[in-house]
Amino acid sequence: MTGRCAIVGDGDSIMVFKAAGVDSFSAADGKSARDTLRKVAREYSVIFLTEELARELGDFLKRFDETPYPVVLVIPSKNGSTGFGTEEIRRASERALGVDLFSND
Amino acid sequence: MTRLNVNPTRMELKKLKARLATAARGHKLLKDKSDEMVRQFTGLVKRNMKLRAEVERELSFTLRDFSVARSVTPVYRAEAAFSLPVSSVTAECETGCIMGVDIPKITVKGKAGKGLPYAYPEMTSEADAAVGKAGELLPKLIELAEVEKTVRLLAAEIERNKRRVNALEYVMIPQLEETIAYIKGKLDENERAAIIRLMKIK
Repeated sequence: MTGRCAIVGDGDSIMVFKAAGVDSFSAADGKSARDTLRKVAREYSVIFLTEELARELGDFLKRFDETPYPVVLVIPSKNGSTGFGTEEIRRASERALGVDLFSND
Repeated sequence: MTRLNVNPTRMELKKLKARLATAARGHKLLKDKSDEMVRQFTGLVKRNMKLRAEVERELSFTLRDFSVARSVTPVYRAEAAFSLPVSSVTAECETGCIMGVDIPKITVKGKAGKGLPYAYPEMTSEADAAVGKAGELLPKLIELAEVEKTVRLLAAEIERNKRRVNALEYVMIPQLEETIAYIKGKLDENERAAIIRLMKIK
């Protein structure tokens, strides 16, 4: 199966990816991002989402955790990383193992 | 622990013993599965953390460079420059399997064309560099996406599996053991009662 990549984010952060060959969809806030994601998830296998929007969507993103595709990856936007992605992984590992693997370092 | 609602007969005892054997075996298998999944999971999580730190650092630099470069170009010109379609990156998407969990396996196939979608005079050279870097970063981003998704899927499966193990260990097996003990007691009692009755008749 051949899949395509998409990026959902605010205008500035996604422009550079558009030039690099990723189909881009701009979304200004959480609500429009949700609608866009719903549409994009049907056609694309890999979706990049900027942190600011991911933070607002929260539970909506959990529904992608059940099936292998589409893969939604949270990436930092032009304002730099806020550690949301790392936080999510820590939470997943805490849920699975019962301990936070990275609490000491 | 509550015992099951069954008749204390030899038939039931036999059935329950078989069920207990199955449950104990299932418990052992699931526990082994859980151990193996946790082992794989810890490795993956560590890899994920490293990859993410790397990608986030590089991506932040690239995006910052790009927004600086963009800020010196008027908005309408930048938009016009980037509105042209480019050959999009395609990836080969397959599913793999870790311990019975379907995971994504992605390999980047169609690399985007080297050229920029706009003419050189339209944007500054910093923008060109940023676009180039973003293109180079893409395979890494896709790898991170794959690993992160695997971690999430595995985490969910470990949680589910843990619940099954606990249900067997703390509910099902004690229940069966208690019921078996109860039936045994009842049967012994019946036997003794029969003997006493015979003795009295004699």
